[in-house]
Amino acid sequence: MQTKNIMIVGVGGQGTLLTSRILGGIAQLAGYDVKVSEVHGMAQRGGSVVTYVRYGDSVAEPLVEEGQADILIAFERLEAMRYIHFLKKDGILVLNDQRIDPVTVITGAFEYPEDIVEKLKARRTVVSIDAQSAAIGLGNARVFNSVIIGLVAKNLEFSKDDWLGIIEKTVPAKMIDINKEAFLLGYAV
Amino acid sequence: MNKLDKSNSSQAEIMLGNAAVARGAYEAGVKVTSAYPGTPSTEVSENMVKYKDEVYCEWAPNEKVAMEVVIGASQSGARAMTVMKHVGVNVAADPLFTIAYSGVNGGLVLFVADDPGIYSSQNEQDTRLVARAGMVPVIEPSDSEEARIFTKRAFELSEKYDTPVIVRSTTRLSHSQGLVNPEPRVEPPNKPYVRDVAKNVMVPMNARPRHLAVEERMKRLANDSNSLDLHKVTYSDEKILVKNADGAGLSEMKVGVITSGIPYQYVREGLPGASILKLGMVHPLPRRLIEEFASKVDRLYIFEELEPFVEEQVRSWGIDCIGKEIFSIRGEYSIQIIKKEILGEKVEFDTPEVVPGRPPILCPGCSHRSAYSVMKKLKLHAAGDIGCYTLGAFAPLNVMDTCVCMGSSISTLHGMEKAQGREYIKDWVAVIGDSTFLHTGVNSLMNMTYNDATGTVVILDNSTTGMTGHQHHPGTGVSLMGDPAYVIDIAAVCRSMGVNYVYEIDAYDLDLLEKTLKEEVARDAVSVIIVKSPCALLKDFVPKGKCAVIADKCVKCGLCIEPACPAMRKQKDGLIEIDQVACNGCGLCKDLCKFDAISFTPN
Repeated sequence: MQTKNIMIVGVGGQGTLLTSRILGGIAQLAGYDVKVSEVHGMAQRGGSVVTYVRYGDSVAEPLVEEGQADILIAFERLEAMRYIHFLKKDGILVLNDQRIDPVTVITGAFEYPEDIVEKLKARRTVVSIDAQSAAIGLGNARVFNSVIIGLVAKNLEFSKDDWLGIIEKTVPAKMIDINKEAFLLGYAV
Repeated sequence: MNKLDKSNSSQAEIMLGNAAVARGAYEAGVKVTSAYPGTPSTEVSENMVKYKDEVYCEWAPNEKVAMEVVIGASQSGARAMTVMKHVGVNVAADPLFTIAYSGVNGGLVLFVADDPGIYSSQNEQDTRLVARAGMVPVIEPSDSEEARIFTKRAFELSEKYDTPVIVRSTTRLSHSQGLVNPEPRVEPPNKPYVRDVAKNVMVPMNARPRHLAVEERMKRLANDSNSLDLHKVTYSDEKILVKNADGAGLSEMKVGVITSGIPYQYVREGLPGASILKLGMVHPLPRRLIEEFASKVDRLYIFEELEPFVEEQVRSWGIDCIGKEIFSIRGEYSIQIIKKEILGEKVEFDTPEVVPGRPPILCPGCSHRSAYSVMKKLKLHAAGDIGCYTLGAFAPLNVMDTCVCMGSSISTLHGMEKAQGREYIKDWVAVIGDSTFLHTGVNSLMNMTYNDATGTVVILDNSTTGMTGHQHHPGTGVSLMGDPAYVIDIAAVCRSMGVNYVYEIDAYDLDLLEKTLKEEVARDAVSVIIVKSPCALLKDFVPKGKCAVIADKCVKCGLCIEPACPAMRKQKDGLIEIDQVACNGCGLCKDLCKFDAISFTPN
């Protein structure tokens, strides 16, 4: 099989690592070779963060390069915009429709662009959800990752049961039920 | 669908490169590990803890101490490993360079993670050059499975050649996950201890012959490396179209690439058809193997991130090759670089959008922001140090002026005073974190009291090693293995070194902090102000409540958002909004507001 390239972008502290680990886990479960590349350290303090997940018969490079992503998962609008050129022409953007102002906007040095979603839609296929509001609706803002994973799952070949299984394996025991609920919410979109 | 054999094994686990290093050391029977955290190396120690029933592992206050701890363990006959980032090797260089002379008893491994691209470091130095200066062999894995296997092999090589061995990684390897097939631990018996002063006491009369012994050992290793099974050679008869040396046009020829580590992965995927010599040991180099490889290809590329370490040696043997004239000495490599520079292909993708940058920032509820807001108000300059608080150098805080390395804040401030006089530093402080102070700040403070300084040192004590992901240190009361530990009292340490003016102040007591800072920078004596408040990201941190803007009281002055809390946002009409999910309820914005326009709701 052609190697599948997934890129996850967001703001340090949003928990993109958990998402990339769940994606890596499900690909491994399906028997693929997998590489997951993460960002630790300074950028995790509210900076722009990127992680890559690649799976297929044999994966060498740990990176996803410009124009090579099949799926771009963006945890934040501005970050979607920053990395949209990494998507293949027929790639899909899975967008968490949330705004987090970078320090350059907080200080007033720049304005947060207003028309991001329209611009993104003009460029690529976009599926989006306000995962944070959905998670708050479920009673815990922190499970918004699982809502996004639900939405991603619709665009990958793995079965719903496999996804639920890997979530169960990855998240802390007392958070399993609410994460599954969050996943199904995203999956139903 | 064609599935990969290795992942079909029921044993296969997906593992971070650093976790695989820990696994390899465990399997090799390592008995002692000691380290100071440093991105991108930290997770090795964090994963070592999984094996704490069989392996003693600890956080040391700094890399030099860690290195010496594992030297002692090795001298006693056990296998031991220390772990650090590239710049940590500078701190540990003193014992490292000399233990290379003495050699080992139990296998001694130093795992080092370099940081091409400078994701989380102060420089981009190449450990291979340090290893060459110290005459220490270096082996270099290229994925998680090799990280496990090579680390294991490093212990064997260490014992066989009587030398410390460096396992070198980079950020991309350390922080990538790949499939690993764990094997059981085999714990070799301790090596017998034999008193050998000529080998283990490095005084001049012993060091002189040992210097020759090291040179001999490296020659023997270089020779043996020609048949070392850590190298991998794949020959291809294919001719491929590559860019001509003058950049004009393409020619068809047999191409060979010498590479190692993560760059090997780019060659493997991005340059099918090329012959590849993947070096498993990069120091010392296998000259005959390289000469043979070079003789079988029409053009030889050296594809190595950072310095032209392999390239310069290969050239010195009269072998024609292409390297740094087309590949950068900085940053990470990629397949794109191969396409562009070797194959002469145009890499096309959409033009990136121009969007506001998102550099790292202090978290919501970070106590450093509070301390900096006071220093900024007093227009203080800070000689800085390494940690999250280094972000105080940037807008809108703009307090920190300098930052060199761990512990440097205190000593650089002292140097300014000695060069320019005590009046010069009346609007300066040194700013350092708790973990960094215990790392190497202590010595610098000792220098201040010893040499009649008058500077003011601010220790931002958030009860953890923050930037690297919350590791314990000698001041937190918990060891790496999770046991209760003696708590070093930072204030008492300062007093014991002759600092007569030591204060411990809550980071959110803005008035007291301001008053104390004013008094102490004016004082003609060394003072230490310990600003305390736990990091808001610590697992047991519970926010006190949430802050919210009272819209009809807000005059839109923007004072509250000046320190740039990322939970706050100025709306189009100037009204401030506080994100109720992100807010950690530190109350700094409320304290800064002069119009009582911010409410605080306790949890």
